[in-house]
Amino acid sequence: MGDILAFAEQKDGQVRAVAREVISAAATRAAEMGGSAHALILGGTGVGGAAGSLGDYGAATVRAAEDEALAEYSPTAYSGVIAEAVRAGGYQAVLFPATAQGKDLAPRVAALLDAPMASDVTRLEVDAGELVAVRPVYAGKALALIRFESTPSVLSLRPNSFGVHEIAAAGTVEVFSPTVSADDAMRTVEFQAAGGASVDVSEASVIVSGGRGLKGAEHWNLLEDLRDALGPGTALGASRAVVDAGWRPHSEQVGQTGKTVAPGLYFAVGISGAIQHLAGMRTSQTIVAVNKDADAPIFGVADYGIVGDAFDVLPRLSEAIAALRAEG
Amino acid sequence: MNIVVCVKRVPDTETRIRLAEGDSDIDPGGVKYVMSPYDEFALEAALRVKDDQGEGEVTLLTLGSDNAKETLRAGLAVGADAAVLLRGTVTMDGLATAKTLAAELEARDAALILFGVKAADDDQQQVGPMVATLMGRPCVTNVASFEVGDGVVTCQREVEGGAEVVELCLPAVISITKGAFQPRYASLKGIMAAKKKPLEQKDVQVPDSQLTVERLEYPPARVEGRIVGEGADAVPELVRLLREEANAL
Repeated sequence: MGDILAFAEQKDGQVRAVAREVISAAATRAAEMGGSAHALILGGTGVGGAAGSLGDYGAATVRAAEDEALAEYSPTAYSGVIAEAVRAGGYQAVLFPATAQGKDLAPRVAALLDAPMASDVTRLEVDAGELVAVRPVYAGKALALIRFESTPSVLSLRPNSFGVHEIAAAGTVEVFSPTVSADDAMRTVEFQAAGGASVDVSEASVIVSGGRGLKGAEHWNLLEDLRDALGPGTALGASRAVVDAGWRPHSEQVGQTGKTVAPGLYFAVGISGAIQHLAGMRTSQTIVAVNKDADAPIFGVADYGIVGDAFDVLPRLSEAIAALRAEG
Repeated sequence: MNIVVCVKRVPDTETRIRLAEGDSDIDPGGVKYVMSPYDEFALEAALRVKDDQGEGEVTLLTLGSDNAKETLRAGLAVGADAAVLLRGTVTMDGLATAKTLAAELEARDAALILFGVKAADDDQQQVGPMVATLMGRPCVTNVASFEVGDGVVTCQREVEGGAEVVELCLPAVISITKGAFQPRYASLKGIMAAKKKPLEQKDVQVPDSQLTVERLEYPPARVEGRIVGEGADAVPELVRLLREEANAL
């Protein structure tokens, strides 16, 4: 009773960092409901060995479905195995990360289980023994508080919204061979890495975003310098205007028709702050705005603002931050 | 090849959202409603396939109330051939919507079913892959561009840090994100022609929602920030604040 299953996403056999966040979120809520949290990882032979450490984040058991057909993500095979595990375990809920894979997978699992689903949840509470999910709607212009009328429920959690918590649990690894329904109607033929981007804007801990104030794609080196000064974990972002102008790819767009982000530190440079952009970044922990126009709406959400020209401010800022990091 | 594009009527993304009395819904007063932007990309994708192949029909499908006809007419004006309104209650339960759409789609001969990756109101990203699962069809989500070959579609699916190239067999379901499919505008001729295109309407029974939206609330207001200074001279103070006050560096 009150048990929660957490899907542990892996890539190339390694547990992804986001899995720890999902499992610790599952563990705290399961404890409040008098149950325990269990992790489920799918992959090729040996994937269970990589997953034992999830016990440090609250997984009582780590169920590892090993089959060569699961080494690479396959929506049909994965959703079938997960739905079967949820049925067999009698879980109250199953949690996914709201990553590209989680967003693709969780709705299929919900359809197989005939279960209600809440996507991109940013807060999860237990009230009277039931889960209450809070999720942004209208790209974060409002929040919806949701209850489920049947169990199990399926939820995807927005990365970086819950934090990773160390919770000691047994983490007993149970390897099993699932029945896998092969999918011959689709296959992934290749992965094309985006040029230069080491971390995706949706997963970055620091984001440096540029807007029309940069005046052209050729000036993005100024933002790249700031990104490099800030170090690994920093990604470039962009406003809708510069994506629509073709200066930057859509994968970098922050806002209602791009990505909704919540990094620890967000720089908005030359971005006026259209309502659809603010919707996508206003839950960032610390926001810095640099804009020539002192009345720009971006200053309304910024913790710190500099009124000034991006071309003057950026080089000095990159230099100062690089110097600070060199000091340690 | 016949294509069905599933669309939704949503508030324009530039709209300020106000909650209605009782906080159970938004206040529709002063809100401009449009076709969800991602659905516009999906419609554009369908029209390009039709342009390339020189044959086939593009049909719009929506679940909603009477006012969704306006959204369908807008899609017909852009170039869709026909539209279907399933008149029923839309809730945040994506699976209830998916079941309703899937029942209609089963009765239609569509080699390709397209969705916007998400509706710009509930932002759930559920209905496309749910419909595919209910219908037992292959499905790729978050597709920025695709090409139709002989019985096969090759998709560029956006994921963290790059794109996956995924091939899938027809009939199939694809959800579209912003990418290659910049929507075309309706011409005056298109707007006139749309009035004569078939718009079928039928009442449907949507399964009861298994989700209850207890209430909506505004996101917590941000603590008021401050202007550190003007120009590059303000940089040292900004860096000091980021390090000592915000602990962000």
